[in-house]
Amino acid sequence: MIINHPLLGPRDAQEFTYLGDVSLLDRPDWQSETAAQDFHDYMYLRDNPAGVHRELWFHEIGDRSWLVVTRNTVTHEITNVELARDVARQRGAEK
Amino acid sequence: MRYSGLRVIKEALTGHKGWKPHWRDPEPKKHYDIVIIGGGGHGLATAYYLAKKYGEKNIAVIEKGWIGGGNVGRNTTIIRSNYLLEGNGPFYELSLKLWEGLEQDFNYNAMVSQRGILNLVHSDAQRDAARRRGNAMILNGSDAELLDQDGVRALYPFLNFDNQRFPIKGGLLHRRGGTVRHDAVAWGYARGADSRGVDIIQNCEVTGFKIEDGKCLGIETSRGFIGATKVGCAVAGSSGRLMAKANMRLPIESHVLQAFVSEGLKPVMPGVITYGAGHFYCSQSDKGGLVFGGDLDGYNSYAQRGSLPVVEDVIESGISLIPALGRVRMLRGWGGVMDMSMDGSPFIDKTHIEGLYFNGGWCYGGFKATPASGLCFAHLLSTDTPHEVAKAYRLDRFMSGHMIDEKGQGAQPNLH
Repeated sequence: MIINHPLLGPRDAQEFTYLGDVSLLDRPDWQSETAAQDFHDYMYLRDNPAGVHRELWFHEIGDRSWLVVTRNTVTHEITNVELARDVARQRGAEK
Repeated sequence: MRYSGLRVIKEALTGHKGWKPHWRDPEPKKHYDIVIIGGGGHGLATAYYLAKKYGEKNIAVIEKGWIGGGNVGRNTTIIRSNYLLEGNGPFYELSLKLWEGLEQDFNYNAMVSQRGILNLVHSDAQRDAARRRGNAMILNGSDAELLDQDGVRALYPFLNFDNQRFPIKGGLLHRRGGTVRHDAVAWGYARGADSRGVDIIQNCEVTGFKIEDGKCLGIETSRGFIGATKVGCAVAGSSGRLMAKANMRLPIESHVLQAFVSEGLKPVMPGVITYGAGHFYCSQSDKGGLVFGGDLDGYNSYAQRGSLPVVEDVIESGISLIPALGRVRMLRGWGGVMDMSMDGSPFIDKTHIEGLYFNGGWCYGGFKATPASGLCFAHLLSTDTPHEVAKAYRLDRFMSGHMIDEKGQGAQPNLH
Protein backbone atom coordinates (compact mmCIF):
# COMPACT_ATOMS: atom_id res chain seq x y z
CA MET A 1 0.00 0.00 0.00
CA ILE A 2 1.13 3.56 -0.77
CA ILE A 3 0.01 6.36 1.54
CA ASN A 4 -0.02 9.78 -0.11
CA HIS A 5 1.38 11.89 2.72
CA PRO A 6 0.03 15.48 2.58
CA LEU A 7 3.51 16.94 3.16
CA LEU A 8 5.90 14.32 1.80
CA GLY A 9 4.01 12.81 -1.11
CA PRO A 10 3.55 9.07 -1.79
CA ARG A 11 5.24 6.89 0.87
CA ASP A 12 5.29 3.12 1.36
CA ALA A 13 2.87 1.99 4.09
CA GLN A 14 5.74 0.06 5.70
CA GLU A 15 7.10 3.38 6.99
CA PHE A 16 3.96 3.77 9.10
CA THR A 17 2.44 2.10 12.12
CA TYR A 18 -1.28 1.70 12.57
CA LEU A 19 -3.31 2.77 15.57
CA GLY A 20 -6.97 2.33 14.64
CA ASP A 21 -10.31 4.06 14.18
CA VAL A 22 -10.25 7.87 13.95
CA SER A 23 -12.76 8.02 16.81
CA LEU A 24 -9.68 7.71 19.06
CA LEU A 25 -9.20 11.44 18.42
CA ASP A 26 -12.40 12.21 20.31
CA ARG A 27 -11.34 11.83 23.91
CA PRO A 28 -14.39 11.99 26.20
CA ASP A 29 -14.91 14.64 28.87
CA TRP A 30 -13.49 13.28 32.14
CA GLN A 31 -15.79 15.50 34.19
CA SER A 32 -18.96 14.19 32.61
CA GLU A 33 -21.47 12.26 34.76
CA THR A 34 -21.09 9.29 32.40
CA ALA A 35 -17.29 9.47 32.15
CA ALA A 36 -16.67 5.81 33.13
CA GLN A 37 -19.01 4.52 30.43
CA ASP A 38 -17.76 7.10 27.90
CA PHE A 39 -14.12 6.13 28.40
CA HIS A 40 -15.02 2.43 28.14
CA ASP A 41 -16.76 3.04 24.83
CA TYR A 42 -13.92 5.28 23.61
CA MET A 43 -11.20 2.80 24.54
CA TYR A 44 -12.76 -0.56 23.72
CA LEU A 45 -15.67 -0.33 21.26
CA ARG A 46 -15.18 0.00 17.51
CA ASP A 47 -17.41 0.44 14.45
CA ASN A 48 -15.30 -2.02 12.40
CA PRO A 49 -17.02 -1.47 9.01
CA ALA A 50 -16.48 -3.51 5.86
CA GLY A 51 -15.96 -0.61 3.48
CA VAL A 52 -14.83 2.98 3.99
CA HIS A 53 -12.89 3.39 7.24
CA ARG A 54 -11.17 6.48 8.63
CA GLU A 55 -8.14 5.53 10.66
CA LEU A 56 -5.03 6.86 12.37
CA TRP A 57 -1.57 6.09 10.99
CA PHE A 58 1.75 7.28 12.46
CA HIS A 59 4.70 8.03 10.15
CA GLU A 60 7.11 6.29 12.48
CA ILE A 61 10.22 6.13 10.33
CA GLY A 62 9.40 9.33 8.49
CA ASP A 63 8.45 12.75 9.81
CA ARG A 64 6.62 11.27 12.84
CA SER A 65 3.35 12.95 11.98
CA TRP A 66 -0.07 11.44 12.70
CA LEU A 67 -2.33 11.04 9.68
CA VAL A 68 -6.02 10.35 9.18
CA VAL A 69 -6.25 7.93 6.25
CA THR A 70 -9.58 7.15 4.57
CA ARG A 71 -9.26 3.61 3.29
CA ASN A 72 -11.60 0.87 2.10
CA THR A 73 -11.20 -2.21 4.31
CA VAL A 74 -12.42 -4.52 1.54
CA THR A 75 -10.31 -3.26 -1.39
CA HIS A 76 -7.53 -1.45 0.58
CA GLU A 77 -8.02 1.57 -1.71
CA ILE A 78 -6.97 4.84 -0.06
CA THR A 79 -9.14 7.79 -1.05
CA ASN A 80 -8.00 10.57 1.28
CA VAL A 81 -5.06 11.39 3.56
CA GLU A 82 -5.08 14.31 5.99
CA LEU A 83 -2.86 15.48 8.83
CA ALA A 84 -4.48 14.34 12.08
CA ARG A 85 -3.60 17.75 13.50
CA ASP A 86 -5.85 19.47 10.94
CA VAL A 87 -8.68 16.99 11.53
CA ALA A 88 -8.46 17.41 15.30
CA ARG A 89 -8.43 21.21 15.05
CA GLN A 90 -11.43 21.15 12.78
CA ARG A 91 -13.30 18.83 15.16
CA GLY A 92 -12.39 21.13 18.06
CA ALA A 93 -13.72 24.14 16.17
CA GLU A 94 -17.00 22.35 15.51
CA LYS A 95 -17.60 21.65 19.18
CA MET B 1 -24.44 -44.41 7.69
CA ARG B 2 -21.58 -45.16 10.03
CA TYR B 3 -18.03 -45.10 8.73
CA SER B 4 -15.60 -47.87 9.53
CA GLY B 5 -12.65 -49.73 8.05
CA LEU B 6 -14.99 -52.55 7.03
CA ARG B 7 -17.24 -50.11 5.21
CA VAL B 8 -14.26 -48.74 3.21
CA ILE B 9 -13.33 -52.27 2.11
CA LYS B 10 -16.93 -53.09 1.19
CA GLU B 11 -17.28 -49.91 -0.87
CA ALA B 12 -13.93 -50.52 -2.56
CA LEU B 13 -15.17 -53.93 -3.71
CA THR B 14 -18.52 -52.61 -4.96
CA GLY B 15 -17.36 -49.60 -6.95
CA HIS B 16 -17.93 -46.96 -4.25
CA LYS B 17 -21.62 -46.75 -5.17
CA GLY B 18 -22.89 -46.78 -1.59
CA TRP B 19 -21.54 -43.40 -0.39
CA LYS B 20 -24.28 -40.84 0.19
CA PRO B 21 -24.16 -37.03 0.62
CA HIS B 22 -23.07 -36.20 4.16
CA TRP B 23 -25.89 -33.79 4.86
CA ARG B 24 -29.26 -32.72 3.44
CA ASP B 25 -30.00 -29.43 1.68
CA PRO B 26 -33.30 -28.41 3.31
CA GLU B 27 -35.50 -25.38 2.69
CA PRO B 28 -35.63 -23.03 5.69
CA LYS B 29 -38.67 -23.49 7.96
CA LYS B 30 -40.76 -20.54 9.19
CA HIS B 31 -39.55 -20.85 12.76
CA TYR B 32 -36.83 -22.58 14.78
CA ASP B 33 -36.19 -22.80 18.50
CA ILE B 34 -32.53 -21.99 17.93
CA VAL B 35 -30.90 -20.46 14.88
CA ILE B 36 -27.11 -20.40 14.61
CA ILE B 37 -25.71 -17.81 12.21
CA GLY B 38 -22.46 -19.03 10.68
CA GLY B 39 -21.78 -22.47 9.21
CA GLY B 40 -18.14 -22.60 10.18
CA GLY B 41 -16.44 -24.83 12.69
CA HIS B 42 -17.86 -23.05 15.72
CA GLY B 43 -21.42 -22.75 14.39
CA LEU B 44 -21.59 -26.37 13.28
CA ALA B 45 -20.03 -27.60 16.52
CA THR B 46 -22.59 -25.56 18.46
CA ALA B 47 -25.46 -27.15 16.53
CA TYR B 48 -23.92 -30.60 16.98
CA TYR B 49 -23.64 -30.31 20.77
CA LEU B 50 -27.06 -28.63 21.04
CA ALA B 51 -28.63 -31.66 19.36
CA LYS B 52 -26.44 -34.34 20.87
CA LYS B 53 -25.66 -33.21 24.40
CA TYR B 54 -28.47 -30.78 25.21
CA GLY B 55 -31.30 -32.63 23.40
CA GLU B 56 -32.52 -29.59 21.48
CA LYS B 57 -34.74 -30.53 18.54
CA ASN B 58 -35.61 -27.60 16.32
CA ILE B 59 -32.28 -26.07 15.20
CA ALA B 60 -30.95 -24.44 12.04
CA VAL B 61 -27.49 -23.33 10.97
CA ILE B 62 -27.60 -20.41 8.51
CA GLU B 63 -24.59 -19.93 6.25
CA LYS B 64 -23.96 -17.10 3.77
CA GLY B 65 -21.87 -19.20 1.38
CA TRP B 66 -20.97 -22.86 1.78
CA ILE B 67 -20.20 -24.47 5.12
CA GLY B 68 -16.58 -24.57 6.20
CA GLY B 69 -15.61 -21.91 3.65
CA GLY B 70 -14.40 -19.32 6.16
CA ASN B 71 -11.70 -19.52 8.76
CA VAL B 72 -12.15 -23.23 9.51
CA GLY B 73 -10.89 -23.76 5.97
CA ARG B 74 -8.21 -21.07 6.10
CA ASN B 75 -6.16 -21.74 9.24
CA THR B 76 -2.93 -23.58 9.99
CA THR B 77 -4.76 -26.49 11.72
CA ILE B 78 -2.93 -26.37 15.05
CA ILE B 79 -4.50 -27.53 18.31
CA ARG B 80 -2.95 -26.85 21.71
CA SER B 81 -3.69 -26.17 25.35
CA ASN B 82 -0.75 -24.02 26.41
CA TYR B 83 -2.42 -20.95 27.87
CA LEU B 84 -1.22 -19.08 30.91
CA LEU B 85 -4.20 -17.28 32.42
CA GLU B 86 -6.97 -18.69 34.54
CA GLY B 87 -9.79 -17.53 32.27
CA ASN B 88 -8.24 -19.37 29.31
CA GLY B 89 -6.42 -22.44 30.65
CA PRO B 90 -9.37 -24.69 31.62
CA PHE B 91 -11.29 -23.74 28.48
CA TYR B 92 -8.52 -24.73 26.08
CA GLU B 93 -7.77 -27.84 28.12
CA LEU B 94 -11.40 -28.92 27.72
CA SER B 95 -11.06 -28.22 24.02
CA LEU B 96 -7.97 -30.40 23.70
CA LYS B 97 -9.68 -33.21 25.62
CA LEU B 98 -12.62 -32.98 23.21
CA TRP B 99 -10.20 -33.12 20.25
CA GLU B 100 -8.73 -36.29 21.70
CA GLY B 101 -12.08 -38.07 21.60
CA LEU B 102 -13.61 -36.22 18.67
CA GLU B 103 -13.25 -38.74 15.86
CA GLN B 104 -14.91 -41.53 17.85
CA ASP B 105 -17.54 -39.08 19.04
CA PHE B 106 -18.71 -37.90 15.64
CA ASN B 107 -17.58 -40.97 13.65
CA TYR B 108 -15.51 -39.02 11.13
CA ASN B 109 -11.83 -39.08 10.33
CA ALA B 110 -10.52 -35.64 11.29
CA MET B 111 -6.91 -36.88 11.31
CA VAL B 112 -6.22 -35.56 14.81
CA SER B 113 -2.47 -35.92 15.18
CA GLN B 114 -0.90 -35.12 18.56
CA ARG B 115 2.60 -34.59 17.26
CA GLY B 116 3.68 -32.05 19.86
CA ILE B 117 4.27 -28.30 19.87
CA LEU B 118 7.62 -26.81 20.76
CA ASN B 119 7.88 -23.12 21.72
CA LEU B 120 11.56 -22.18 21.37
CA VAL B 121 13.37 -19.96 23.89
CA HIS B 122 16.40 -17.84 23.11
CA SER B 123 17.32 -16.17 26.41
CA ASP B 124 17.24 -16.70 30.16
CA ALA B 125 14.25 -14.42 30.52
CA GLN B 126 12.36 -16.38 27.91
CA ARG B 127 13.22 -19.63 29.68
CA ASP B 128 11.82 -18.22 32.93
CA ALA B 129 8.63 -17.22 31.14
CA ALA B 130 8.40 -20.68 29.57
CA ARG B 131 8.87 -22.34 32.94
CA ARG B 132 6.11 -20.19 34.42
CA ARG B 133 3.78 -20.94 31.52
CA GLY B 134 4.60 -24.65 31.76
CA ASN B 135 3.70 -24.67 35.44
CA ALA B 136 0.42 -22.88 34.73
CA MET B 137 -0.36 -25.44 32.04
CA ILE B 138 0.31 -28.36 34.38
CA LEU B 139 -1.89 -26.75 37.06
CA ASN B 140 -4.70 -26.55 34.51
CA GLY B 141 -4.38 -30.28 33.77
CA SER B 142 -2.38 -29.90 30.57
CA ASP B 143 1.14 -31.18 29.95
CA ALA B 144 4.42 -29.29 29.58
CA GLU B 145 8.05 -30.20 29.47
CA LEU B 146 10.99 -27.80 29.50
CA LEU B 147 13.73 -28.93 27.10
CA ASP B 148 17.35 -27.79 27.15
CA GLN B 149 19.31 -27.21 23.96
CA ASP B 150 20.24 -30.88 23.59
CA GLY B 151 16.60 -31.86 24.00
CA VAL B 152 15.63 -29.54 21.14
CA ARG B 153 18.58 -30.74 19.03
CA ALA B 154 17.39 -34.33 19.35
CA LEU B 155 13.99 -33.41 17.90
CA TYR B 156 14.96 -30.74 15.35
CA PRO B 157 18.67 -31.03 14.47
CA PHE B 158 18.34 -28.69 11.47
CA LEU B 159 17.44 -25.50 13.38
CA ASN B 160 19.84 -22.56 13.52
CA PHE B 161 21.06 -23.16 17.09
CA ASP B 162 24.08 -20.87 16.86
CA ASN B 163 22.38 -17.77 15.50
CA GLN B 164 24.53 -14.87 16.77
CA ARG B 165 21.63 -12.73 17.91
CA PHE B 166 19.01 -15.36 18.86
CA PRO B 167 20.71 -18.67 19.71
CA ILE B 168 18.28 -21.47 20.60
CA LYS B 169 18.63 -22.24 24.30
CA GLY B 170 15.79 -24.72 24.71
CA GLY B 171 12.04 -24.90 24.42
CA LEU B 172 8.74 -25.65 26.07
CA LEU B 173 7.32 -28.87 24.68
CA HIS B 174 3.59 -29.50 24.78
CA ARG B 175 3.32 -33.14 23.67
CA ARG B 176 -0.47 -33.34 23.41
CA GLY B 177 -0.65 -30.42 20.99
CA GLY B 178 -0.67 -31.13 17.28
CA THR B 179 -2.59 -30.71 14.06
CA VAL B 180 -5.97 -31.72 12.65
CA ARG B 181 -7.40 -32.01 9.14
CA HIS B 182 -9.36 -28.75 9.35
CA ASP B 183 -12.00 -29.21 6.64
CA ALA B 184 -12.94 -32.60 8.07
CA VAL B 185 -13.78 -30.88 11.36
CA ALA B 186 -16.46 -28.78 9.67
CA TRP B 187 -17.72 -31.75 7.66
CA GLY B 188 -17.75 -34.11 10.63
CA TYR B 189 -19.71 -31.68 12.80
CA ALA B 190 -22.07 -30.88 9.90
CA ARG B 191 -22.77 -34.54 9.27
CA GLY B 192 -23.23 -35.24 12.98
CA ALA B 193 -25.62 -32.28 13.38
CA ASP B 194 -27.56 -33.06 10.21
CA SER B 195 -28.11 -36.70 11.20
CA ARG B 196 -29.65 -35.44 14.45
CA GLY B 197 -32.15 -33.28 12.57
CA VAL B 198 -30.36 -29.92 12.39
CA ASP B 199 -31.20 -28.00 9.19
CA ILE B 200 -28.01 -26.72 7.56
CA ILE B 201 -29.08 -23.92 5.23
CA GLN B 202 -26.37 -22.75 2.85
CA ASN B 203 -26.34 -19.78 0.44
CA CYS B 204 -28.54 -17.86 2.84
CA GLU B 205 -27.16 -14.49 3.91
CA VAL B 206 -28.44 -12.75 7.02
CA THR B 207 -29.47 -9.21 6.10
CA GLY B 208 -30.87 -8.09 9.44
CA PHE B 209 -32.35 -8.96 12.81
CA LYS B 210 -35.99 -8.50 13.79
CA ILE B 211 -35.75 -6.85 17.19
CA GLU B 212 -38.82 -5.56 19.02
CA ASP B 213 -38.89 -4.17 22.58
CA GLY B 214 -35.35 -5.37 23.23
CA LYS B 215 -36.17 -8.90 22.14
CA CYS B 216 -34.83 -10.71 19.08
CA LEU B 217 -37.66 -12.46 17.22
CA GLY B 218 -35.77 -13.80 14.23
CA ILE B 219 -33.58 -12.94 11.29
CA GLU B 220 -34.13 -11.44 7.86
CA THR B 221 -32.24 -13.40 5.23
CA SER B 222 -31.74 -13.48 1.48
CA ARG B 223 -34.21 -16.42 1.54
CA GLY B 224 -36.87 -14.67 3.60
CA PHE B 225 -37.66 -14.16 7.26
CA ILE B 226 -36.80 -16.96 9.69
CA GLY B 227 -38.34 -16.77 13.12
CA ALA B 228 -36.33 -17.93 16.12
CA THR B 229 -36.72 -18.08 19.87
CA LYS B 230 -32.97 -17.79 20.26
CA VAL B 231 -30.36 -16.60 17.78
CA GLY B 232 -26.68 -17.45 18.23
CA CYS B 233 -24.06 -15.61 16.16
CA ALA B 234 -20.81 -17.45 15.42
CA VAL B 235 -19.27 -15.62 12.49
CA ALA B 236 -15.80 -14.70 13.80
CA GLY B 237 -14.04 -12.53 11.24
CA SER B 238 -17.29 -10.83 10.29
CA SER B 239 -18.67 -10.26 13.79
CA GLY B 240 -18.38 -6.47 13.51
CA ARG B 241 -20.26 -6.48 10.24
CA LEU B 242 -23.04 -8.82 11.46
CA MET B 243 -23.61 -7.30 14.89
CA ALA B 244 -23.78 -3.80 13.39
CA LYS B 245 -27.11 -4.99 11.94
CA ALA B 246 -28.32 -5.26 15.56
CA ASN B 247 -26.85 -1.80 16.26
CA MET B 248 -24.11 -3.27 18.42
CA ARG B 249 -20.56 -1.99 18.60
CA LEU B 250 -18.09 -4.65 19.72
CA PRO B 251 -14.66 -4.61 21.36
CA ILE B 252 -13.37 -6.12 18.12
CA GLU B 253 -11.48 -5.08 14.99
CA SER B 254 -11.25 -7.28 11.88
CA HIS B 255 -7.71 -7.95 10.68
CA VAL B 256 -6.16 -10.12 7.99
CA LEU B 257 -3.71 -12.90 8.85
CA GLN B 258 -1.71 -14.77 6.24
CA ALA B 259 -0.53 -18.35 6.04
CA PHE B 260 1.63 -20.21 3.55
CA VAL B 261 2.33 -23.70 2.25
CA SER B 262 5.52 -24.89 0.58
CA GLU B 263 5.90 -27.58 -2.06
CA GLY B 264 5.56 -31.14 -0.78
CA LEU B 265 8.67 -32.55 0.93
CA LYS B 266 9.62 -35.84 2.51
CA PRO B 267 8.89 -35.91 6.25
CA VAL B 268 11.27 -33.41 7.87
CA MET B 269 9.21 -31.68 10.55
CA PRO B 270 7.93 -34.14 13.16
CA GLY B 271 5.82 -31.63 15.11
CA VAL B 272 4.96 -27.95 15.31
CA ILE B 273 7.64 -25.38 16.17
CA THR B 274 7.26 -21.73 17.07
CA TYR B 275 10.10 -19.23 16.88
CA GLY B 276 10.63 -17.24 20.07
CA ALA B 277 12.50 -14.35 18.50
CA GLY B 278 10.24 -13.50 15.57
CA HIS B 279 6.66 -14.28 14.75
CA PHE B 280 6.95 -17.54 12.84
CA TYR B 281 5.57 -21.04 13.35
CA CYS B 282 5.74 -24.10 11.16
CA SER B 283 4.47 -27.65 10.83
CA GLN B 284 4.34 -30.20 8.02
CA SER B 285 1.04 -31.36 6.60
CA ASP B 286 0.37 -35.01 5.85
CA LYS B 287 0.67 -34.15 2.16
CA GLY B 288 4.23 -33.00 2.85
CA GLY B 289 3.92 -29.23 2.49
CA LEU B 290 5.41 -27.06 5.21
CA VAL B 291 2.57 -24.97 6.65
CA PHE B 292 3.70 -21.72 8.22
CA GLY B 293 2.54 -18.30 9.23
CA GLY B 294 3.41 -15.18 11.17
CA ASP B 295 2.06 -11.78 12.09
CA LEU B 296 -1.11 -9.94 11.17
CA ASP B 297 -0.83 -7.42 8.36
CA GLY B 298 -1.66 -4.91 11.07
CA TYR B 299 -4.55 -2.76 9.82
CA ASN B 300 -8.33 -3.28 9.68
CA SER B 301 -9.21 -5.45 6.72
CA TYR B 302 -12.00 -7.63 5.41
CA ALA B 303 -9.98 -8.65 2.34
CA GLN B 304 -9.14 -12.35 2.43
CA ARG B 305 -5.67 -11.64 1.08
CA GLY B 306 -2.53 -10.17 2.57
CA SER B 307 0.21 -7.78 1.51
CA LEU B 308 3.76 -8.51 0.38
CA PRO B 309 5.74 -6.86 3.22
CA VAL B 310 4.33 -9.46 5.64
CA VAL B 311 5.20 -12.29 3.26
CA GLU B 312 8.79 -11.05 3.31
CA ASP B 313 8.78 -10.66 7.09
CA VAL B 314 7.45 -14.18 7.72
CA ILE B 315 9.92 -15.76 5.33
CA GLU B 316 12.86 -13.79 6.79
CA SER B 317 11.93 -15.07 10.25
CA GLY B 318 11.54 -18.57 8.89
CA ILE B 319 14.93 -18.62 7.20
CA SER B 320 16.68 -17.22 10.25
CA LEU B 321 15.25 -20.13 12.26
CA ILE B 322 15.49 -22.85 9.57
CA PRO B 323 18.21 -21.90 7.07
CA ALA B 324 17.28 -24.91 4.89
CA LEU B 325 13.94 -23.22 4.21
CA GLY B 326 15.84 -21.01 1.74
CA ARG B 327 15.94 -23.93 -0.72
CA VAL B 328 12.22 -24.67 -0.45
CA ARG B 329 9.74 -23.17 -2.90
CA MET B 330 6.62 -21.57 -1.56
CA LEU B 331 3.55 -22.99 -3.24
CA ARG B 332 0.73 -20.77 -2.05
CA GLY B 333 -0.31 -18.23 0.53
CA TRP B 334 -3.69 -16.98 1.63
CA GLY B 335 -5.31 -14.59 4.09
CA GLY B 336 -8.14 -15.03 6.54
CA VAL B 337 -10.10 -12.35 8.38
CA MET B 338 -9.79 -12.45 12.18
CA ASP B 339 -11.94 -10.97 14.91
CA MET B 340 -9.18 -9.29 16.91
CA SER B 341 -10.50 -8.46 20.36
CA MET B 342 -9.22 -5.77 22.71
CA ASP B 343 -7.48 -8.22 25.05
CA GLY B 344 -6.76 -11.07 22.64
CA SER B 345 -9.39 -13.33 24.20
CA PRO B 346 -12.79 -14.43 22.87
CA PHE B 347 -16.44 -13.90 23.86
CA ILE B 348 -19.19 -16.45 24.50
CA ASP B 349 -21.99 -14.44 26.04
CA LYS B 350 -25.55 -13.15 25.92
CA THR B 351 -25.99 -9.70 24.44
CA HIS B 352 -28.13 -6.93 25.94
CA ILE B 353 -30.84 -7.98 23.46
CA GLU B 354 -32.99 -10.82 24.78
CA GLY B 355 -32.70 -13.96 22.68
CA LEU B 356 -29.53 -12.81 20.90
CA TYR B 357 -26.29 -14.59 21.82
CA PHE B 358 -22.76 -13.89 20.68
CA ASN B 359 -19.71 -16.06 20.05
CA GLY B 360 -16.67 -14.35 18.51
CA GLY B 361 -13.45 -12.46 19.05
CA TRP B 362 -11.32 -15.57 18.52
CA CYS B 363 -8.31 -13.62 17.26
CA TYR B 364 -6.04 -16.18 15.59
CA GLY B 365 -6.85 -18.95 18.06
CA GLY B 366 -10.27 -19.96 16.86
CA PHE B 367 -9.50 -23.29 15.25
CA LYS B 368 -8.12 -25.10 18.31
CA ALA B 369 -11.08 -23.80 20.31
CA THR B 370 -13.71 -25.25 17.95
CA PRO B 371 -14.99 -28.18 20.08
CA ALA B 372 -15.05 -26.30 23.40
CA SER B 373 -16.47 -23.18 21.77
CA GLY B 374 -19.30 -25.26 20.30
CA LEU B 375 -19.94 -27.05 23.57
CA CYS B 376 -19.89 -23.89 25.71
CA PHE B 377 -22.01 -21.90 23.26
CA ALA B 378 -24.51 -24.78 23.11
CA HIS B 379 -24.55 -24.80 26.92
CA LEU B 380 -25.26 -21.07 27.01
CA LEU B 381 -27.96 -21.26 24.32
CA SER B 382 -29.71 -24.23 25.88
CA THR B 383 -29.48 -23.42 29.59
CA ASP B 384 -29.08 -19.60 29.54
CA THR B 385 -26.14 -19.96 31.93
CA PRO B 386 -22.46 -19.82 30.98
CA HIS B 387 -20.51 -23.08 30.90
CA GLU B 388 -18.15 -23.50 33.85
CA VAL B 389 -14.98 -23.05 31.75
CA ALA B 390 -16.30 -20.15 29.63
CA LYS B 391 -17.47 -17.89 32.45
CA ALA B 392 -14.71 -15.36 31.84
CA TYR B 393 -15.60 -14.75 28.18
CA ARG B 394 -18.05 -11.95 28.91
CA LEU B 395 -18.80 -9.02 26.65
CA ASP B 396 -18.78 -6.58 29.57
CA ARG B 397 -15.36 -7.56 30.92
CA PHE B 398 -13.73 -4.30 29.81
CA MET B 399 -16.27 -2.32 31.80
CA SER B 400 -15.81 -4.46 34.89
CA GLY B 401 -12.01 -4.67 34.53
CA HIS B 402 -11.76 -8.43 34.09
CA MET B 403 -9.70 -8.51 30.89
CA ILE B 404 -7.91 -11.73 29.89
CA ASP B 405 -4.80 -10.31 28.26
CA GLU B 406 -2.38 -13.21 27.66
CA LYS B 407 0.21 -10.96 26.05
CA GLY B 408 -0.31 -7.90 28.23
CA GLN B 409 -0.62 -5.60 25.22
CA GLY B 410 -3.68 -3.59 26.22
CA ALA B 411 -6.45 -2.40 23.92
CA GLN B 412 -4.37 -2.60 20.75
CA PRO B 413 -5.90 -5.46 18.71
CA ASN B 414 -3.18 -5.58 16.02
CA LEU B 415 -0.57 -6.45 18.68
CA HIS B 416 -2.34 -9.47 20.19
